[in-house]
Amino acid sequence: MSRTRYTRRLPAAAIAAGLVLALAACGGSDSTSADGAAPSAATDQLNPNADLTKQSLDITIWDGYSPKDLPQRVKSKLGFDVKIAIHDTNEAAMARVATNTDSGIDVAFVSGQYAQALNEQGLLEPLHPELIPNLANLYPEASQLSFDKGNKFSVPYTWGTTGICYRTDLVKAPPTSWNDILTPPDDLKGKVTMMTTERWLALPALKALNYSINTTDDKQLAQVKESLLKAKQWGMLYDDTTFGAKLEKGEAAMVEAWDGWCPTTNPKIKFMVPKEGSDLWSDTMVIMKTSKNKEAAHAFINFILDPAVHSWVAENILYKVPNKAAMDLVAQNDKELLEKNAPLKMTPAELLKGESIIDLGEASAKYTRLATEISAQQ
Amino acid sequence: MAGPSTGRPSRRSRALRPLAARLVFLGPGLGFLIVFLLVPLALMMSYTIFRRGRFGGVVYEATAENFGRLFDPLYFDIVLSSVRTAAVTTLIALLVGYPTAYVIARLPRRWKTIALIAVVLPFWTNFLIRVYAWVILLSGPGLVNETLTGVGLIDKPIQFLYNEGTIVTGLLYSYLPLMILPLYAAIERLDPQLREASANLGARPARTFASVTLPLTVPGVLTGCVFVFVPCLGNFVIPEILGGGRSIMAGNLIRDQFLKARDWPFGSTLALAVIAVLIVLLFLQAWASRAYGGTEGRRA
Repeated sequence: MSRTRYTRRLPAAAIAAGLVLALAACGGSDSTSADGAAPSAATDQLNPNADLTKQSLDITIWDGYSPKDLPQRVKSKLGFDVKIAIHDTNEAAMARVATNTDSGIDVAFVSGQYAQALNEQGLLEPLHPELIPNLANLYPEASQLSFDKGNKFSVPYTWGTTGICYRTDLVKAPPTSWNDILTPPDDLKGKVTMMTTERWLALPALKALNYSINTTDDKQLAQVKESLLKAKQWGMLYDDTTFGAKLEKGEAAMVEAWDGWCPTTNPKIKFMVPKEGSDLWSDTMVIMKTSKNKEAAHAFINFILDPAVHSWVAENILYKVPNKAAMDLVAQNDKELLEKNAPLKMTPAELLKGESIIDLGEASAKYTRLATEISAQQ
Repeated sequence: MAGPSTGRPSRRSRALRPLAARLVFLGPGLGFLIVFLLVPLALMMSYTIFRRGRFGGVVYEATAENFGRLFDPLYFDIVLSSVRTAAVTTLIALLVGYPTAYVIARLPRRWKTIALIAVVLPFWTNFLIRVYAWVILLSGPGLVNETLTGVGLIDKPIQFLYNEGTIVTGLLYSYLPLMILPLYAAIERLDPQLREASANLGARPARTFASVTLPLTVPGVLTGCVFVFVPCLGNFVIPEILGGGRSIMAGNLIRDQFLKARDWPFGSTLALAVIAVLIVLLFLQAWASRAYGGTEGRRA
């Protein structure tokens, strides 16, 4: 599990730096999906009655991110073979599928921003909702993700946010604001960590200053830099991967954390989203335009959205899934799991308050530089 | 390479046979190095003149901007401070390693073997685990602090971790064996008669050391220094784990270009710059070894 979390997030971390999309904030993303839908016009008609047993699927996904017996289950339920390729990072997935020739991959699991970029390049098959009846299982909010409003080319597989994970017994007052991380009391010195990956390094300061997490404004970023440098001078530590373990050992008292990574099964550890708000990330499933097995690909996505299948993710990786039926099933099967893992209980409405991280194109270099400047400061 | 082939065709076939034999022996290693060292290195070098691609990778449009960025004070200072950290570590490793190697070289044979095994023993454990062990030892609720508070020496845990000092400590711990082993080899093969001669001629031990032992072991010293300096410069795990992510070294900078910034061309350029520094160092070492140790060091 921990490996999954590691491999999944490290790439997401890299989201910051580089797709060459010129769009900025959420407002722009509507037009993105509209533009993105354009190439879809000239799509082959899919046959709803196609003989799936004559098809087979190649998918690429993060290690441990789906049930081990998925291929067998698909084979027995739908009658076709599924071959799974593993990628460590979004970049690796991109390297695999972002080619003009047929990559042999039918379905790819990538983060939302990457799905958006692939679609911009006309590499994705627009979804045929009539072939995915289980889309009805999704929360209505799942079609409101700003990189793909209306799920035109991607189906969200997981979603979540970033907040503060803390030890109730080690902090005097529970945190309420990002400022609690940026300027903590002196007794927590050496016991607070933030993430170093670019966009998440900037997130607490951006939100504390009430700016968009997708800002490219130099003046705002200069203020962010100042705030982060102050935090470093105060004694901030940086950790992208082991903050959960540090909290459990009591080596850290308060950390910036992704929801699924906060070890809230420990009764002394709590997760909260600061009042200034946070981000909203999502990993999605997309079908490649070059796929020769599109009917099977749709059937596969439909199968994943089956509550009995999709709930596996919440139960085993502890990531929220945007599937109402699946989350209900988790609540029904294992109430204790939900009780123990507060972040799993966040409602879609709460999640949607988060701002989607959008790719900043060339401007993402500003965040890279900011991160380097912060870490180079002695 | 294949011996004297000049103007003696009759000997060619005989010269060829050892060549073929050599190829059989060298082939696998050579092939491996060509495929997995030279080819990637050449690829990396070629990336330095192109632009970054949308999803990482490169776009094949020639540009010189990557080299220009090397001199951006932001990156230049990071490389410079890593060189400093690596140099400090190397110096301490030398000061600690030389006496250690000296003593080991003079031990009775049996103890020598045991001591040498002890020196390389840490390499039997995964590097990451060894580095993390320092965190467990030194952290706030860690072993050292718990012992100290338990004994009553201190009332509040000391913050040992997450500063320049712990980074140097971690690097030193990790690479000290690479200093000790070449030094040991150099000291070991010194002819003891040279020291005796020096003593017979009236030199005190300190003088013997300064005039005989030390100059003759300079090649070993330089080899050890390069062995320690090079991996220190490229290390990115120790600054992250023991440095608490608070400082960045050249290794981190390069890693981040590939994994976070998705700027392969600039990452390659940085890597090339570090390699260039190292090649200069290796030349200096070779030159100094010859100048100091003379032929003695090479032949022994």
